[in-house]
Amino acid sequence: MENLGSIGYSEEQIELMNVAASFCAEKSPIEKVRTLLEDAQGYDADVWKEIAELGWLAIAIPEAQGGVGLSLGEVVPIVEQMGRRLMTTPFADTTLAAQALVAGGTEAQQEEYLPKIAEGAVATLALAEAHGDWDLHNITATAKADGDNITLNGEKLLVPYAEQAEIIIASVSLDGAPRLVIIPRDAFGDSALRREQIIDETRRTYALKLDGITLPASALLDEAKTKAAFEHIHLTAVLLQAAEMAGGTQAVIDYTLDYLKTRKQFGKIIGEYQALKHPITNAYVDYEKARSHVYSAAHCFNDQGMGEIATRMAKAACDKVYGFAADRAIQFHGGFGFTHDCDAQLYRRAAIWHASQHGDGAWHRAKLADLLF
Amino acid sequence: MSKPSEAELKDFEAQADAWFKENTVTDPGFMLPLTFMEVSTDEQFDFLCDWQRKVYEAGYLGTSWPSEYGGHGMHPEFQRVATRAMKKYDGPIILNAIGIGWAGPLLMDIGSEEDKKKYIKGMLSAEDIWCQGFSEPEHGSDLGSAQLKAVRDGDEYVLNGSKIWTSLGDRAKYMILLARTSNDGPNKYAGLSFFLIPMKIPGIETRRIKKLTGEYGFVQTFFTDARVPAEGLVGKEGDGWMVAMKTLEYERGAKVNPAGGYYIKELDAMGVVDLARNSERGGKKLLDDPVMRDKMVEQMMEIQALNLNNQRRRMAPLNQDRPMGLAMMNKLARTEMIRDLTEFSLAFQGTRAGYYVGDENAVDDGYWHRSYLNSFSATIGGGTSEIQRNIVAEHVLGLPKGR
Repeated sequence: MENLGSIGYSEEQIELMNVAASFCAEKSPIEKVRTLLEDAQGYDADVWKEIAELGWLAIAIPEAQGGVGLSLGEVVPIVEQMGRRLMTTPFADTTLAAQALVAGGTEAQQEEYLPKIAEGAVATLALAEAHGDWDLHNITATAKADGDNITLNGEKLLVPYAEQAEIIIASVSLDGAPRLVIIPRDAFGDSALRREQIIDETRRTYALKLDGITLPASALLDEAKTKAAFEHIHLTAVLLQAAEMAGGTQAVIDYTLDYLKTRKQFGKIIGEYQALKHPITNAYVDYEKARSHVYSAAHCFNDQGMGEIATRMAKAACDKVYGFAADRAIQFHGGFGFTHDCDAQLYRRAAIWHASQHGDGAWHRAKLADLLF
Repeated sequence: MSKPSEAELKDFEAQADAWFKENTVTDPGFMLPLTFMEVSTDEQFDFLCDWQRKVYEAGYLGTSWPSEYGGHGMHPEFQRVATRAMKKYDGPIILNAIGIGWAGPLLMDIGSEEDKKKYIKGMLSAEDIWCQGFSEPEHGSDLGSAQLKAVRDGDEYVLNGSKIWTSLGDRAKYMILLARTSNDGPNKYAGLSFFLIPMKIPGIETRRIKKLTGEYGFVQTFFTDARVPAEGLVGKEGDGWMVAMKTLEYERGAKVNPAGGYYIKELDAMGVVDLARNSERGGKKLLDDPVMRDKMVEQMMEIQALNLNNQRRRMAPLNQDRPMGLAMMNKLARTEMIRDLTEFSLAFQGTRAGYYVGDENAVDDGYWHRSYLNSFSATIGGGTSEIQRNIVAEHVLGLPKGR
């Protein structure tokens, strides 16, 4: 078989995994997750501060710009543990915005923003639009040159943590070509933002009206790096999502197992029945496979070609098993499973959210077919 | 034994590479079995015995087993390198799986000095083929209910009963046998004992069983007052269940076998893609069909996942949560994958999937049909996939025993 990726790990990765595992377990018990469902901001600002102090935002930022200069492979175990505890903060989105700057920013932009992000400034990306297309190059929002300025038009949707972000990097079409542009939070008023109702209640997104936003032309990311930046953003998003989904899958399987080991029906612990035992085992087996795909993606991410294959496989595998495991979790909890109080729904909703962003399993398999055949 | 240096391993790798390149025959002019469980004809058997002997004599099998028993006494790293070279050149399977895969490691683990001296070399050289007498006609995967009787009589045990689904049973010189020595124990498991027995003796007869593929591959074995030496007992009388479970750990791949080689051919996903490349649908290439493309990617992801699992199970920090999980699911996942993939391959062949082995129009001489039908030997033998799911559920996930 052609080489489709392999597994390896760094000492840093394992150390981060262990630290993140205890940090996320401690800071994000399920009661805390549920309290935050009602919170306007959706995350704990103190926890965010601690994350910044731990230096996690700096991991994949180059040393020259105030970062640690490790790879995204070292970010993966952190995101995995966050997914496992349903701990939503703007961590993944901020990491992603930083990567957009690393791959596509001008030197001046990198100098200005990357050190701030490394220290804990929230940043985010505005990529999605009303057509719902996962292809990042399908852009209807526009930027128009106007002397030394550019004026934006249109609407971006599903912008994570736009309210809290110091900068938003948006995709726009400039003279018919896809471009990325940095929108500082003070470039628009509160009325340009509308908080959206999304399936995953643990996170926050906003619709952002671009109409009338005027920026200096220097807000545009480096034109020459545009193509590479879009590719890097997409694959990084997919990698981090896959990691988060793997963590969530592990948790929903564990949650369901706890129930199967204690709940009695017809005088027996229900976990004795093969009708429940076999599907949860199937979920577990698929989970371990998906997790291997994720670690392979983390390990091979920077390898030309192989990284893309491994990363798309990881998300396709996670999509399949997270959805299945969370779906069965609802079913196996019976009547309680149908309630908002049962945690199964939190995972089911998270799985739907992740499938909906940056491509579901079928979409990635289609991309893989193009790469493999 | 100290770990070999990079340079020593490199040298050995070059040597092994050259040897397998020179000596590997992938197409002897007849169909080679994908697994040791589907050896059917004399020419297949003779070819595979010969292949195993050559690999052993060249030093690439039993590489790390002690030289006093017939091994080559080298560090296990060398064996890993040799097996990798064998795979690289797509070498035929190693035939004597039950000998060197299960019985051998068991003897190394708990066997007597005499047993090791007596049996190991013949296992490695394929001079002595081994078979396994665990299943019985009435019990299938429920090994604990074995009824074949072994009654002590002086220096011998007298065997009566029957075993079934015995791969290579008509060709084997020795059998590992699970037999009942008592019915008085506190439970059914307590009365079982484990034996190494000769097959070519009075009172033991085998009858070949025709498989669903149309071939002959395994046998039913009948024991009628067959007398075997008492020193064939492994462990003490009544230890049989414990010993059999140890053996099954090897069989299910939960413990990595150090003797080398491989007994089940791993299917190559790209090989399936090649097959699909030559098929047509509606006058167009089948690989242009989006549904088939999707399914094909799923198969490739599955194969890749199992390869990755194999790598990951050797990396303790990446298995902290459930250290035995990957090992215990190995048999289930791998055998089910092969069944799925071979079944899927039939869908490419259009009308020609209607042909079978022996017809000149059969795709690849019916290789895929035969592979699919034979794949059940691995999803049923050694504990069915359903039993494997119970094992994973109970021993990895901690669910209670039940039905």
